[in-house]
Amino acid sequence: MEHKIDLEAIGSPQADAMAHAISTCVHCGFCLPACPTYQVLGEEMDSPRGRIVLMRGVLEQNLPLEEATPYLDRCLGCLGCETACPSGVAYGELLSSFRAHTQDKRKRPIADQMAHMMASQTLPFPNRFRWAALLGRLAKPIAGIFPTPIRAMLGLVPSRLPDSARLPVFTPAKGVRRGQVGLLAGCVQQVLAPDINLATVRVLSENGFDVHVPVGQGCCGALSMHTGDAKMARRLAAVNLDLFPPNLDAIITNAAGCGSGVKEYALLFRGDPLEAKAAHLANRVQDVSQFLDSIEMISLKPLEKTLRVAYHDACHLAHAQGITSAPRRLLRQIPGLELCEIPDGEICCGSAGTYNIEQPQIANTLGTSKAKHIASLGVDVVAMGNIGCMVQIRNHLAKLKPDKVAIPVLHTVQLLDRAYRNE
Amino acid sequence: MLSPFIAKLSEIYPDARLLTHDAGLVSYESDGLTAFREKPIAVVLPESADEVIRTVRCCFDSHVPFVARGNGTSLSGGSLPVKNGIVISMNRMNRILRLDPVQRLAVVEPGVINLNVTKAAASHGLLYAPDPSSQSVCTIGGNIAFNSGGAHCLKYGMTSNHVLGLKIVLPNGTVDTLGGESLESIHPDYVGMFVGSEGLFGIALEITLRLIPKPEVYRTVMCAYRSLKAAGDAVSKIIASGLLPGAMEIMDNLSIQAAEAAVHPGYPLDAAGLLIVELEGEASQVDEEFKRLHGLIEASNPYFFKEAKDAFERQQIWKGRKSAFSAVGRLSPDFIVQDGVVPRGRLGEALEEIQRLSKQHGIRVANVFHAGDGNLHPLILYDGKQKGALHHAELLAAEIIELCIRFGGSITGEHGVGMEKRTYLPKMYQPSDMESMFQVRRAIDPTNIANPGKMLMDGDAPALTTSGMHPLEKAGVISRE
Repeated sequence: MEHKIDLEAIGSPQADAMAHAISTCVHCGFCLPACPTYQVLGEEMDSPRGRIVLMRGVLEQNLPLEEATPYLDRCLGCLGCETACPSGVAYGELLSSFRAHTQDKRKRPIADQMAHMMASQTLPFPNRFRWAALLGRLAKPIAGIFPTPIRAMLGLVPSRLPDSARLPVFTPAKGVRRGQVGLLAGCVQQVLAPDINLATVRVLSENGFDVHVPVGQGCCGALSMHTGDAKMARRLAAVNLDLFPPNLDAIITNAAGCGSGVKEYALLFRGDPLEAKAAHLANRVQDVSQFLDSIEMISLKPLEKTLRVAYHDACHLAHAQGITSAPRRLLRQIPGLELCEIPDGEICCGSAGTYNIEQPQIANTLGTSKAKHIASLGVDVVAMGNIGCMVQIRNHLAKLKPDKVAIPVLHTVQLLDRAYRNE
Repeated sequence: MLSPFIAKLSEIYPDARLLTHDAGLVSYESDGLTAFREKPIAVVLPESADEVIRTVRCCFDSHVPFVARGNGTSLSGGSLPVKNGIVISMNRMNRILRLDPVQRLAVVEPGVINLNVTKAAASHGLLYAPDPSSQSVCTIGGNIAFNSGGAHCLKYGMTSNHVLGLKIVLPNGTVDTLGGESLESIHPDYVGMFVGSEGLFGIALEITLRLIPKPEVYRTVMCAYRSLKAAGDAVSKIIASGLLPGAMEIMDNLSIQAAEAAVHPGYPLDAAGLLIVELEGEASQVDEEFKRLHGLIEASNPYFFKEAKDAFERQQIWKGRKSAFSAVGRLSPDFIVQDGVVPRGRLGEALEEIQRLSKQHGIRVANVFHAGDGNLHPLILYDGKQKGALHHAELLAAEIIELCIRFGGSITGEHGVGMEKRTYLPKMYQPSDMESMFQVRRAIDPTNIANPGKMLMDGDAPALTTSGMHPLEKAGVISRE
């Protein structure tokens, strides 16, 4: 699409990326059916194509930012549109850059600001988040007195937190040593599901890899980056840039949101003195499914009885990183496992980072719809590669049939781990 | 302060479905043809036929023009807003009201996405045949307005061959029913008249579509040639042999590059012309036809030949082809999608002529087309940021369209006239034909509020005072006796 954006006037290092994405869009509309908010809300402003027009308007200074903000805030950032887009519009780069560019200029209602602050100041920090979750649990019975976004947040607080588990700094390879990898430990996931990291370490070690988990790691910054807080994102990310030894085969992440965030570091740090270092780390990062698929996995033991498993494509794995077949191939290597496809599987579950806190209504609609699709399959387990989706889907499966035991939700690597351990 | 007209609309719609703020309006200012932009005064999002009818009556009473829009994929500017008019966005009216597998028909609302009809019919072994490249997005309502085609229309015909009945609201707010549940009708073919009328006769509210049995087997091949003409000639030979494949498509090198980058269907990147042919039907018949096709293709001397080995490969071949328009966005920031028709026997000749024009103007032209129908889609690439580039591209587009007329073809195969081609219509039709069209238009929409300015340019209307005898009657060529 034609635009009249004055790049110099914008003055952000990401201005070029934004202008390029806008000019690549041909306004064909192929993104509309792939967009969860267009499906739910059915209006052009809540579609990727419409949002590009709105961002263009703001950047051209033809449209006040406040007019565009509600629609841009409603974007999940799921990038389903990128998968559907034949022209190759880098929508994610446009959206992150635009959110960062307008972060300081925008006005939000107080309740939203509070919720945003509470999320951004606790989620990336495991210790703070642990305390916040405990407090949240105490506040649950009086959730009704809080404004909607905070109520939504309380709704997501688990009723019980697993015991915290310390990750070994170094785990040696089992059997013949094939190489060594690092593990990006993440933030929220360490509190909500420490077993995912432990399972990852065990599976990698089982397959002949030494696993390093450097001390002093913090949040990768993806959550902040995707909501437009680029400064915070850079501050968090900078902590991890020097931690990993140089001679690793790969740095493994097991959260799709983190993986896609780290892979965007080059753009996040554009024009920053740390740009080269950040880009280097980005190139070394691989999702655990991507990595395991690239090596010959040690054969898995057959299951005692057939297990029907639905695999859910996390948006930040499938759309943002293009990883869809690797996890499926891994799961199929478990003898006795039958893989099922979820109807409308390419549509987001509504988790999308902190989206289910900031846009609870749409997130609920999408979550319910995803849970119904999964339940329609009659599967024993649903597997996926992202903690955010796991929390969202677990909640909505439980809500769907409150009186029954809900379908267990596991990370792909947890299933592999169980198969290795014959559980 | 609401204008009285907007106030009337607000009696029909809740705030959330009546858009009058800037962000809402700019989002609807273009459809799939971004060379045109026009901000409407309001956008309404009806959820029932009743709301549409009340909206049209409201427009009629206030003399406000309206345009109905589905998902805004028109490539001729058909759903571009009209100055001082409103957009009636039909995309929320997307229910399939009835699917009758015995009578093989579906009754749908106009906002249903084309592909969703086929998806709904699939479990009954049926499908909806017209398959525009944008079938995963475009709506049946828009298909009706533009008599949309698609790759498989070679064998099955265009949208008009698949619409049995319509419930419509006329521009004056009257509701009418055209056709029925059968292809045969005792009345004049009103359905045929409405399909392809580009929104000038009102809005379809309910559509009865014909479904056909899903072919038992498909066999899809790709063959690559060193010249585009060779691919075109192969098509002429296949047609001349009497074979009627389900679809026959050609892509040139630029579109091959773009589609391969977008979808990775495995197209040969060095081909000057890629021919896709699909046979479909009962297994025994298709196998026989395949033998004949194979012989014909062998004789046409392609340097690459490949048959899709499974449903996935077939789907990829088609996905690549159907993404071609949008994928060209990878090659150029802006482009004009042309849509013209030449007689199938002159395909190779027309392609050479287009290549010559492209060289002469120094503008890249990518070619994708429904070869079996002689329906060309030259994509004229330009960079809108360069001064005068759009104008220059439009000049070339005009020459290509004039070429189609000169060759005895048509200015549009399936995208419609819309905004884009309205100046060419009088070049293809005699003044007397144009006059008849204006007369029909005036009879149905006397106040000129249904998508005015599209297809028929208001300013250029021939003097309507000549109504009476047809010019050919006056000249003594025809008579009514």
